[in-house]
Parts: sequence; C-alpha cells; structure tokens
Amino acid sequence: MEVNKDYFYDSLKLDRQEGKLIEKTKAASRKTIPDPDAWLDEDIKRNIVVTSLDWVVNWARRSSMWPAVCYPACCGMEFMAYLAPRFDGSRFGMEIMRASPRQADLIITAGTLTWKMAPAVKRIYDQMAEPKWVIAMGACGISGGIFRSGYNVVPGYNKIIPVDVYVPGCPPRPEALIYGIQQLQKKIAKAKAIPNLSELPNPLKRGKE
Amino acid sequence: MIAALPAKDIVSKLNAKFPGAVEEAGADAVLVKADSLLAVAEYLKTTDNLKFDYLNYVTSIDYYSYFEVIYMLTSLTHNRSVVLKVRCYTRDNPTVPSLAGLYEGANFQEREVYDLMGITFEGHPNMKRIFLWEGFDGYPLRKDWNR
Repeated sequence: MEVNKDYFYDSLKLDRQEGKLIEKTKAASRKTIPDPDAWLDEDIKRNIVVTSLDWVVNWARRSSMWPAVCYPACCGMEFMAYLAPRFDGSRFGMEIMRASPRQADLIITAGTLTWKMAPAVKRIYDQMAEPKWVIAMGACGISGGIFRSGYNVVPGYNKIIPVDVYVPGCPPRPEALIYGIQQLQKKIAKAKAIPNLSELPNPLKRGKE
Repeated sequence: MIAALPAKDIVSKLNAKFPGAVEEAGADAVLVKADSLLAVAEYLKTTDNLKFDYLNYVTSIDYYSYFEVIYMLTSLTHNRSVVLKVRCYTRDNPTVPSLAGLYEGANFQEREVYDLMGITFEGHPNMKRIFLWEGFDGYPLRKDWNR
C-alpha cells in the first residue's frame, strides 16, 4: 500500500516553518499599527451623537465582554484575583472566560510576550470576531517592561495587535484593572454601533457606482 | 543535607583509573579533559563506592578565551555531590561529548546550553534549539553577542 508521506511531519521542517513565521511577525511589527482610538478624537470634535439604538447595542456589548484566554505571564495572577469573589469581575458582565477566541471579544494581555509566542497571540486576535478590544495589562504588555531590551521579548503588544486601553503597573492591582475595564466600557459607549443607511452598500444600485 | 565530596578524594581515584584525564582539581571541582569526560562520568556513575547517579544540572560559562561546561553530580546513595568541569578553547563550533546517553536529564539542559551558548554536544540524540526559534542569529549568552 502506498503511504502518503505528506502527512508525516519532519520536526526540523516544522521548526523552520515556525522560525519563518516568527521572523515574519517580527518584520511586520516594524510598521506602526494605526491607533484604534483615532475615531474617538474625531467624534469628540464633532460632538458625539449616539442614537438610542446605538445606545442599546453598546450597552449590550459593554456589559457582556467575554475575555479570551491569553495570559502568558505573572499578570495572570492579578487577573485571577480580579475574577475571584473578592474583586468579583462578574459585576462587569465578564465572568465567562472563553477558551475559544471565536466566542470572545476582549483580550486582556496579562504578561510578557516572547517572540516565539507572538504568532500565537496574533492568531488568537485574528480569530476573534468583530467587534473586538484589547487591554494591555502591566508594564510588559505596554512596553516590554524590564525585559524590553531582551533579545526575545516583544516590546509591547501594540507592536503586533492594536491596543485600546493600557493598564500600567508591575503587576497592576485588580482595582487598576477594574478601572481600565471601566475606561474601555466608557469608550464602547461612545461607539457608533449602527452605521447610517446611506453608508451601507445598496444592492439596488448595483452596477451604477 | 548533601555534603560536597572534597575533590581530592575523587582525584586520587580518577588519576589511578584514567591517568592524565584530570587537568586541574580545585577545592570542590574537578576539571577533566573533554575527550575523557564520558569515560569519567560513566566511572563516577557506575563504580560501587561512588555511585554518582543523579545529574543536578548542566550549565556553561563564557570566559572569553574558553568556554567551560559544568556538571554537578550527586550520589543519592552516599549523599554526596561533586562538580565536573570541561573546557573547550575554540570559539567557532566548540564541541563537548554529550552525557545524554548516561543521564536522561542532560537531554534538555544540553539543548539549552547549545541554544544560548552555542556549544555542540557530540552524540546528543536531538541537538537543536530549545527556547529560541530556528533561524535566530547567533547565541545570545555569549559575551561577544550583540544584536
């Protein structure tokens, strides 16, 4: 019987493939990711007008944020404390941790990220459905922290994914994280969830544009 | 508590068994020649009144003019430990015999030394990088490494 050898993986081949992926992520990180808060400034200048339907959708979104599991290091401990009964994260509608990124809409990046781990985090972010938000938790998440000059540490999550809210601290206390999440909720409250009808593509006008 | 065995006691035995293998014997460490490392380690592991059957760690130091690989062995039966050292004097492709066949625990630690210091272990079953990725340039724990 003929055996299809394509299904047998050579471990060195896999390693090289992984190395290529990491180098690709590293090269892509030199380009600055556009600030996800840019719209916030514009809207404030124009005065925010949020319709009542927007308000309802935003209320639903900000009150049921489900974080994806992505905790590479020690800030995860503070996050556990935040979720545990004393600080009780479920007060903010996010007691449900999602192991599948497709069901999550928030990444709390608790901890140092190494370049070897970076493609995995990018993949988690890419697999999440819109709308999605990112909180950079702790000094390492913001800028690489004390490991910034290391040869294998990503200097801040915003090199690979757009970050909405930064929570400083090493590690930040659960209160700080709660404050950061409230800031994110305030930001979501300002978002325009329902687009204008005139901005949507009109199927009846097909061919004219 | 594990008592460190004075190097003197071991050196006399090693000198009788492997003449010329011991380069230098300090207060608590034995420096052996690289080509006789495997035989010395096997002797220390299997001889009845020594029985150094547990490898605590493998590590390495860059002294600019040479690399030193350090092994700490412990005898669980006699409750003693000893430090073995090996030097290699070349900077490009330094090589040391692997102890992975003798002590299973040396497998990953030798890979770590290879990954970060660039010392190749001859006879290792899977000599490749362990922490850094394939394609990383250089060995970051060497003193002359710069990104």
